Amino acid sequence: MSSMRPTRAPPAALRVGVDVGGTHTDAVLMAADRVLREVKTQTTSDVTAGVAAALDGVLEAGADRVARIVIGTTHFTNAVLTGAGLARVAAVRIGLPASASLPPFCDWPERLAGRVRGLVTQVPGGHECDGRPIVPLDEAAVAAAGEQIRAAGLSEIALSAVFSPLDGSGEARAAEILREVHPAARITESRHLGRIGLLGRENAGILNASLRPLALRVAAAFRDAVAAAGGRAPVFIARNDGTTARVQDAARFPVLSLSSGPTNSMTGAAFLSGASDGIVVDIGGTTTDVGALRAGFPREAPREVEIGGVRTLFRMPDLLSLALGGGSVVSGDGTAVGPASVGFRLTTEARIFGGGALTATDCAAAAGWTGIGEPALVRNLAPEVVRRFERTVHGRIAEAVDRMKPDAGECPLLVVGGGAFLAPGRIEGISRVVTVPHAGVANAVGAAIARVGGEVDRVFHGVSREEAFRLAAEQARARAVAAGADPGSLETVEREDLPLAYLPGDARRIRIRIVGEARTP
Amino acid sequence: MRVPSESRVVRAMDPAVRELGPTALEDLAAGAWILGAGGGGNPYHSLLNLRREMARGFRPRLIPVSALDGDDLVAVVSTMGAPLVGEERLPDPAVAARPVEVLAERLGRPFRAVMSLEIGGSNALQPFLVAARTGLEVVDADCMGRAFPEAQMTTFAIAGLRNYPFCLADVRDNVVVVERAASWQWQERLGRVAVTEVGSIAATAKAPRTGHEIREHAVHGSVTRALRIGAVLRDARLRGRDRVEAVLEAEDGILLFAGKVRDIARRTTRGFLRGKAEIGGLGPDEGAALELHFQNEFAVAFRDGAVVATTPEILCVVDSATGEALGTEVIAYGQRVRVIALDCPAALKTEAALELVGPRAFGFDLEFRPLFPAG
Repeated sequence: MSSMRPTRAPPAALRVGVDVGGTHTDAVLMAADRVLREVKTQTTSDVTAGVAAALDGVLEAGADRVARIVIGTTHFTNAVLTGAGLARVAAVRIGLPASASLPPFCDWPERLAGRVRGLVTQVPGGHECDGRPIVPLDEAAVAAAGEQIRAAGLSEIALSAVFSPLDGSGEARAAEILREVHPAARITESRHLGRIGLLGRENAGILNASLRPLALRVAAAFRDAVAAAGGRAPVFIARNDGTTARVQDAARFPVLSLSSGPTNSMTGAAFLSGASDGIVVDIGGTTTDVGALRAGFPREAPREVEIGGVRTLFRMPDLLSLALGGGSVVSGDGTAVGPASVGFRLTTEARIFGGGALTATDCAAAAGWTGIGEPALVRNLAPEVVRRFERTVHGRIAEAVDRMKPDAGECPLLVVGGGAFLAPGRIEGISRVVTVPHAGVANAVGAAIARVGGEVDRVFHGVSREEAFRLAAEQARARAVAAGADPGSLETVEREDLPLAYLPGDARRIRIRIVGEARTP
Repeated sequence: MRVPSESRVVRAMDPAVRELGPTALEDLAAGAWILGAGGGGNPYHSLLNLRREMARGFRPRLIPVSALDGDDLVAVVSTMGAPLVGEERLPDPAVAARPVEVLAERLGRPFRAVMSLEIGGSNALQPFLVAARTGLEVVDADCMGRAFPEAQMTTFAIAGLRNYPFCLADVRDNVVVVERAASWQWQERLGRVAVTEVGSIAATAKAPRTGHEIREHAVHGSVTRALRIGAVLRDARLRGRDRVEAVLEAEDGILLFAGKVRDIARRTTRGFLRGKAEIGGLGPDEGAALELHFQNEFAVAFRDGAVVATTPEILCVVDSATGEALGTEVIAYGQRVRVIALDCPAALKTEAALELVGPRAFGFDLEFRPLFPAG
């Protein structure tokens, strides 16, 4: 793996990045690697108006010269966490007689399954690990399922097949049949999302299907907002892996944008500080996210990630979250910080703003870490309370950072977010603590600079390691270009292989990721 | 296929029979994963199956070896195959029961109970999947006391017991019975060919065992041991105690090393996942390095070049933060881990046993030096 940040020449055109968070919507206008303008606005319930307002602030200087607009959003995460806005899904799995006793939804929490489970069908088909069919795909059973789904009035279908990342022909053929009998259906095929691991990949597909109507509404709102703000550049949506996709593609795969907020913080922090490897701490009002950067991209979670209690397996950043932020409520003696938080009510409820709650921001102000608010209001805090608070907060952040470090060697720590002042100035094993410039809008910057990528994760048989890497790279390049990458700017950012136990021949699983700059029209 | 409820009531009268509830099965899965020594496969999917079976009323019953009559027949079951394949071709109680049903038919007599081949990893739950379909009771025993990669690495093979008939079934109703095999090694070879052909995963029933053979040659109490480890982990989690410490205390285990994985190399040879993990010391082990070699399971540990632990004693790598055991397939660069050793059954430490399960059986020219004193 090569570190690519320092050698990367940023394109000359202007770029806009927008981050729609739960509380704030941030926007930046960038020229090459400089932030020309940054705007912070309140997130509004009317998506279009909020994004348009943020865009207004950055577009007034040269909307014509903007080559693209990238938006990152928490809409999809919030929908999964609250269950609101999720559509009912018909899950169709190809694989019988295999895996019959554990049907789709079998490991979902009932709270969410009750909202999302429409119909569940299993049909004969699927593949072996060596590419042979388990049994031929039962096309009549697929057609019958399609009829049933249409009759039930469901239009979101999540299709999965045993070993589809290895051989996608079953899912592809079934999708064709389903479209014939149910033309209005929107179909999510699991192989486009996840890796080997049937339930986790299938769950990601079901969540995706369930989010698609919301994604279409959000995408339309974004396009309207851009138009309302006078923007004419193509609109892209930021994704979990630090890349981006055209708004129409992104609306097909909303799960790939589920965790783009933390990802954009990390890639933005890397870009702004010039560091490509290290640990990033994003300290917000209620939580702190700790992640790791490798070659300018967030390290991917190696295993299943739970989203709203659903175990999923697809591209998500490896994150450690602490219930700790600027709004965290501090116990009277300073030893307990969080998980309760005053959140966005900080400016009315924190002592330093005249409120009655003792928050982390109050203690930080008393310690002299920040000049926020009215210092006189926290002057009566006992010094030992402040000292205990410091030990607690710095201790927890330092431990989380250490847990995310790739090894015992030293690496830099990049600090972003509104609560950045809570981070310790020195941590053992950290070469330097970098307070990132424009840290308050790092996630909007991360969105602005995101590139377009293609990934391949599959098992190869009977070819050499080099040949397998070559074939995988070819396919990943094709995917990146299909997703809108400029073929001249492609580079490999990740490649790994894992030989497989028990399988005959020279079997190995190859994963490769290639990214490039977005093509401009 | 399920046993009628009246007979369940009659059985429940027997004080030796323990009915296991949902919490016990969660404990069993957690404990089995520790005893897997990094192999044996994650029990998650088997546990999911059992949760569903229990929600429908299944109540597994565990019996001690002492409850068996000398001529009772017991089925010895496992899933054979590649862990990665098991992530797509998920375990299924109906398939797990199939080879047991076929063998019973061929033998012309019913099985009295079912037991696991290996208590380490997902196979610890295999007899319970079988029980869910057949109504058989599960014997509190296995023949490895941990997980091992090959069929001849069992206390039954060490004792030279008969190795056939052996039965294997897949999801399509392909059933293979190996009527006779010249040795345990031949049984393993023939079995592997068949498993590969049906998709690198199959349910198996090894040579049936009599109550007498189990009394003499099985590892007794292994389900209880896994249950105990799982309960200790659960209790430590609830109390916010250090989970690794709790396991070490309950099992008289030894903390070998604490550090961070700084290198990992894997390769497949002859169908096995081999390789080594290098762990750089932290805290009291700062400055030292531990090299862990594995063949599906962790086999040998060298501290700064000197052997500190070897198979058949159980080597286990546990995530320092979560207390979760890490398999040889998922252990990764950068993880913060503790390496612990747990004792293995005495039957694995005899001279005859060490030929099959000692360091030399895994290609290390080393003497086995026990960490845990005999008795």
